[in-house]
Amino acid sequence: MQAQEIYEKLKAEFGDAIIEFNAEPFFDPFVLVTTDKLFDICLYLRDTQGLEFDYLSCLGGMDYKENLGVVYHLYSIKLKHTFVIKVTVSKENPFVPTVERIWRTADWHEREAYDMMGIQFEGHHNLIRILCPYDWENFPLRKDYVQPDEYHGMKVPY
Amino acid sequence: MEQQILTLYDWIVKLSSSNLIALIVVITLPLVFLMVYALVAILGELKISAFIQERLGPMRTGPWGIIQPVAEVVKLLQKEDITPDAANKPLFNMAPFLMFTAAYAGFAVIPFSSHFVPAGINLGLFYIFAMGSLAVIGLVMGGWASNNKYSLLGALRSVAQIISYEIPAAIVILTIVVLASSMNLQVINANQGGWFWNWYLFGGPGTAWKLIIIPVTFSMFLLYLVASLAETNRTPFDIPEGESELVAGYHTEYSGMKFAMFFFAEYANMFVVAALISILFFGGWNSPFGDFMNGPIWGVFWFISKSFVFVFVQIWLRWTLPRLRVDQLMGVTWKVMTPIAFICFFAIGLWLMFN
Amino acid sequence: MGETKKVEFEYSQIDSERMRLNVGPQHPSTHGVLRLEVELDGEIVTEVIPHIGYLHRCFEKHCEKMTYPQVIPYIDRMDYICAMNNEWPYVMGIEKLMGIEVPEKVEYIRVIFAELNRIANHQIAIATFGLDAGAFTPFLYLFRDREFILSIFEKASGGRLLYNYYWVGGLAADVHKEFKEDVLSIVKQVRETNKEIADLLLYNKIFIERVANVGILPADVAISYGCSGPVARGSGLAFDLRKDAPYSIYDRFDFDVVTGHGEVGTVGDCFDRNIVRFHEMEQSCRIIEQAIEQMPMDGDVREKLPKKIRPPKGEIYTKAENPKGELGFYIVSNGTDKPERIKSRGTSFVNLSVLPEISKGYLFADLIMILGSVDIVLGEVDR
Repeated sequence: MQAQEIYEKLKAEFGDAIIEFNAEPFFDPFVLVTTDKLFDICLYLRDTQGLEFDYLSCLGGMDYKENLGVVYHLYSIKLKHTFVIKVTVSKENPFVPTVERIWRTADWHEREAYDMMGIQFEGHHNLIRILCPYDWENFPLRKDYVQPDEYHGMKVPY
Repeated sequence: MEQQILTLYDWIVKLSSSNLIALIVVITLPLVFLMVYALVAILGELKISAFIQERLGPMRTGPWGIIQPVAEVVKLLQKEDITPDAANKPLFNMAPFLMFTAAYAGFAVIPFSSHFVPAGINLGLFYIFAMGSLAVIGLVMGGWASNNKYSLLGALRSVAQIISYEIPAAIVILTIVVLASSMNLQVINANQGGWFWNWYLFGGPGTAWKLIIIPVTFSMFLLYLVASLAETNRTPFDIPEGESELVAGYHTEYSGMKFAMFFFAEYANMFVVAALISILFFGGWNSPFGDFMNGPIWGVFWFISKSFVFVFVQIWLRWTLPRLRVDQLMGVTWKVMTPIAFICFFAIGLWLMFN
Repeated sequence: MGETKKVEFEYSQIDSERMRLNVGPQHPSTHGVLRLEVELDGEIVTEVIPHIGYLHRCFEKHCEKMTYPQVIPYIDRMDYICAMNNEWPYVMGIEKLMGIEVPEKVEYIRVIFAELNRIANHQIAIATFGLDAGAFTPFLYLFRDREFILSIFEKASGGRLLYNYYWVGGLAADVHKEFKEDVLSIVKQVRETNKEIADLLLYNKIFIERVANVGILPADVAISYGCSGPVARGSGLAFDLRKDAPYSIYDRFDFDVVTGHGEVGTVGDCFDRNIVRFHEMEQSCRIIEQAIEQMPMDGDVREKLPKKIRPPKGEIYTKAENPKGELGFYIVSNGTDKPERIKSRGTSFVNLSVLPEISKGYLFADLIMILGSVDIVLGEVDR
């Protein structure tokens, strides 16, 4: 199914929760959705006949300078089509509902996004750091990240 | 026998007119043999594995790398002897020596030829078996005292494994005892004199009727071969030290000479079981061809070469087969080997009754 | 093959202490610096908690400071077992953004090298899997064969492990004159060794006992966890991006998607995952043979290399079928010569996440086999 059709289907179902549809050149067509409806939209995308996005290819945290975002790349193994969802949240209040219960892939990916970007996934069963040490401070992939001088008394920049 | 066989011991007593010297010589000879054998076996292991894997093996130390085992021993001697802080020190230090002692003690009754057996006791087989079981204590000691979870798991596995595999092995040995009517290894050897069809592998000496029991003796041999592999902790039964799971099992924490002791004990054990196979099934020091190349000196040659064949088999299997899992290992011994061993025992008993 | 029974363990009512075992980061069978916190009840695994990140090298952060071509060597170091395959989705993504059509010859060389690297990866996977089971000899046989593949790569790119060979719009260098003959001789050698490996290891009775009915991963769980590659295909899922979303010139070749079908046990057990890799090597050989036949030998592999790589503002998610599964790169370009953000979807990272799910209730020795059958590279898990 083409991205345009999926968007129309979503728009009809969720209305205002779909903020924007982007099909510009050089972009994978994506929809920007609100965080409060994200879980429902994802569930709808997975369970609806004709969409059946059963496979979460990639989940990435983003830093858009003024706010943060999460990008979901979906794929359907059965129907072999792809779709992209995005949400944005403010840096002060980076709460996004978890989709871990829809796709188990999201478990580790959300932990990674939390680890790197500091996005808080509400409802995640075990939101702890995954790649950095458990007591690492700050979120390294943010654009305004400043490398610390020391970690447990060890110099960080060699 | 009318004329007493002149043993090496008697001969040395005659020569030096001292019991003590004779005793020391008789005791040290197997030790010297063991040391030389261990070096040869290590080299054999390196070279045979290299051959199997299409490599060259060690080539730098000496011509074709033949002094590599010496270099390894020197390396092990130089290594730092680490005792972990949390270890139980007396037990930790004692375990490798106990292991080695148990393995070496088995040599006391192994008849190298008709004229040389360090101790010609009548319960030879029983003694070897008892000593083999003693090694378990060394394993458990090492595994427990290391205070390491991997060591503990390895030790517990090895207890379960060795004790289980002793049952089919013991029954097979018992069957041979029934056939030979003796536990004395020299008598068992002497019984198999003459041509190779007198070996217990082929039913022992007797009339053509023994053809009936050849399948039984063959399966007994296979049973014992498998059980002995398990007793020496060699692949495919090396789960107590299975390096992919347990790092090194019971000897994870050992280094230097103490590790070398475990190592030597393993090789000594390999020889003991190989020797036992050659005694029980392949006529020990008897020449396979009647009187051809037979005699006390040739006996040593035949015995050692037969044993080395089985040491080779152990090495060969190790580099060919993957490892079993602990529950499968137990399943094999309790569900397959022990019943078959009992059937063999029963069949031999029945045959002897009607024969 | 006789019917193999599922091993069932009965928990006794006796209250016993659980043991927490720390497997790794230094352990012979964790395939790198993976640390597993394992809870054992006797020898039975009751819980597995993977702790990763020991090899974290801030790949994504580095990318933001680097120009596009400079990123390629870093990608090599993600999954260092199959670096050629790693570079491909990345350069493909940028080519798509910039609208570059790569020459025919380049496509063929890319396919051949990717498939050769797939064979090399599967050789390592099967070899180390065998090693986990205690079979040391097949390990060396397979590594010996891998050397031949690496020498071909060395002749083309100069590197044996990390190539920096797939460039945006072309390749770093042309292949040598006897390329076709060399590749075909490797294919022949691979097939020969594979026969030997099947006899010696894969269909060995002891090995089958070890891997059949162990670590069963049902297809729906595999999808939910995002498993791809041989891990997903071992569960009977015909999911192969080379067929499902054909990129490059894969639609020109005739090959089968190998799936596990419970040959000796249940669908989705360790044996299936492993045998899928084994049969995929044969399929790769087929692709290589077809590609060698069709490949033009004349042409310049560097003619389309752009002077300045400055993709237009945009974002793209590119994926390719890595030997281990779907490798994806989410590339966000801001119109300059440095990427705004590159997010990599590490195949091993996703595949590893299924380990706690499929290893519960098996013996500790099985856990090692399951980990081996998932085939991870920690460079890609931690990035």
